[in-house]
Amino acid sequence: MQSLLARLNKYSGATTAIISILLGMVVGAIMMLAAGYNPVAAYNALFVSALFQPYDLGETIRTITPLILTGLAVAIAFRTGLFNIGVEGQFIVGQLVAFIVATQLGLPPVIQVIVAVIMGGLAGALWGLVPGFLKASRGVHEVIVSIMMNFIALYLSNYLIRTWLAKGADSTPKIADSPPLKVDVLSQIFGGSRIHLGIFIALLGVFVMYYLLYRTKLGYELRAVGYNPRASEYAGMSVKRNIILSMMISGSFAGLAGASEVLGTSGYLSIEAAFTGIGFDGIAVALLGGNTPLGVIFAASLFGVLNYGGGNMQFEADVPFEVIRVVVAAIILFVAANISTKIVGRFRKQKGVKKHG
Amino acid sequence: MKKRTWLAMILAAMLILAVGCGQGNDQAANESGFKVGMVTDTGGLNDESFNQTTWDGLERAKDELGADIKALESKQDSDYVPNLTKFAREGRNLTWAVGFKHEKAVPEVAQQFPDVQFGIVDSNLGGNIPANVTAVTFKEEEGSFLVGAAAGLTTKTNKVGFIGGINSELIEKFEAGFIAGVKAVNPKAEVISAYAGSFSDVTKGRTLSAGMYNQGADIIYHAAGGVGKGLFDEVKTREAGKFWAIGVDMDQSRLAPEHTLTSMVKKVDVAVFDITKSLKDKDLKSGEHHVFGLQDDAVGLAENTKNINPDVLTKVNEYKEKIISGDIVVPTKVADVK
Repeated sequence: MQSLLARLNKYSGATTAIISILLGMVVGAIMMLAAGYNPVAAYNALFVSALFQPYDLGETIRTITPLILTGLAVAIAFRTGLFNIGVEGQFIVGQLVAFIVATQLGLPPVIQVIVAVIMGGLAGALWGLVPGFLKASRGVHEVIVSIMMNFIALYLSNYLIRTWLAKGADSTPKIADSPPLKVDVLSQIFGGSRIHLGIFIALLGVFVMYYLLYRTKLGYELRAVGYNPRASEYAGMSVKRNIILSMMISGSFAGLAGASEVLGTSGYLSIEAAFTGIGFDGIAVALLGGNTPLGVIFAASLFGVLNYGGGNMQFEADVPFEVIRVVVAAIILFVAANISTKIVGRFRKQKGVKKHG
Repeated sequence: MKKRTWLAMILAAMLILAVGCGQGNDQAANESGFKVGMVTDTGGLNDESFNQTTWDGLERAKDELGADIKALESKQDSDYVPNLTKFAREGRNLTWAVGFKHEKAVPEVAQQFPDVQFGIVDSNLGGNIPANVTAVTFKEEEGSFLVGAAAGLTTKTNKVGFIGGINSELIEKFEAGFIAGVKAVNPKAEVISAYAGSFSDVTKGRTLSAGMYNQGADIIYHAAGGVGKGLFDEVKTREAGKFWAIGVDMDQSRLAPEHTLTSMVKKVDVAVFDITKSLKDKDLKSGEHHVFGLQDDAVGLAENTKNINPDVLTKVNEYKEKIISGDIVVPTKVADVK
């Protein structure tokens, strides 16, 4: 236990995260008191109901699943010094391509799901490739390009649904009676909830990210480029290649998130007027998780509990859901504030790369 | 030392939380009365449309039937299933799912809780209605026929416009009824139609309506949710008494009091209250599709008629009687309008 905590500390400053979470919840509590709600009852409803009933636990895990993957997506780009704000768009194309593969190709059942998941991931990678390539070749800022790619993804998806997949209706038919990634045994253990195999894809993603970052040459290069691109270039690494690869890996995590959502949770696509927000939540998850694989699991779990439990809080304690949004925002603010002091500290001390090895 | 202080503080905070959890609150089991729940679609409770009017109906059920009412707002499409499940598990007598976006979630949850009653607004679930679900839809075409007649009698340019949201069977009912109404009273009049491809893009609504007014239309009817706000923004900039807008779902005259000819109101509250009441009186046969139209007084012109010429109103009311008596059958498809 002691050594685990020490490792956590080394990588992500877990104390910073925990303190930020508690401070965020205190801010939420003050808000509730000011508005005349009982914060104890509210937090009680939030955590107890999100975790202690099999059904709710299953639904909480379902909420956590895409957050882990989008969190990983943002985190790995951050590691290479890139801000991938296009996770939302990569999520949407992953969803779209996975759905098309699952419904239009007519492959045999099990193979169809596997191919759909993989193609979803590849579609996300392709969507990440565009900003990565433009950044590497033309120096265009990845934030701008990836934001624009979000809109292209949203409207492309809406267009294809309206004209082809749904044939004029507002949403497509379901892939099958039950979403392909949903396994009856698993949902029955969790009281009939919609938990699905996507959680294993997410956990596999965490492992892949860990292995990639800390056990391979490519991971070492990605991190090196993140710390100091010029030094990496001088050391003989191709910065351009690493930027493109990082964006593609990032995009593929986001695409997998989309694929697992459509194949596991909903089983259909509908015309969306606005973004889902799952991709943007990934930014918060990565930030709180210190951009480490393990940190992303914890941060995604927290946001999953807050998001799902927030609904229960509204249901049982009559506290509006918006309070949870305030808590989340406050947590992010405290984390960000801490990170900024850290960065300043690093500049002053000239500590360099070694500490993070 | 400093670290220890933090640790102590964190432990203290956890302790407080844990103690709080131990107490719990058992208010839920107070009265064993009649309980009704409602799940909104992503539009939220104050959407100026079916979510808001459904809630009005439930508030009436609270006042007149003593029902215990509660609403849950959905933030994402994936919230529909857990939100409906929450009410079902709590043992609500009836849970309303508002909007056709629920049409995949309702059968799923209804199957899991066969002993609980559900209602869905604006969808007939493609005809496959589970035994414990009551589907409610409206004859929007009848109400749209009446506002169409009002527009056809009021127009000076013999040109009127229609703006739809996303092209679908539901919105086509508004369009078909409107065109039929205009043509019935004024065969020379032309109807220009356009779809915004969105239910929220206000700018698009404004661009489309500006284009229609510039083409010579003097009255525009919308069935496009938030897009319609752009129509009211545009009409306000034009001469009052000459250019008109027609609202939808609720009386929208407050958006442009001098420019709103009328609104096609859809009284979801009436339907929701009726179904809820008949469930309480134990004479609801569920598993069926209920259609509410003019004869149930569930669609029609807004009560506020100050901007309509009294002669026009008399004419419109004649058509209302003809539709109720069955002399006129209003088409639901644009292709069927003669």
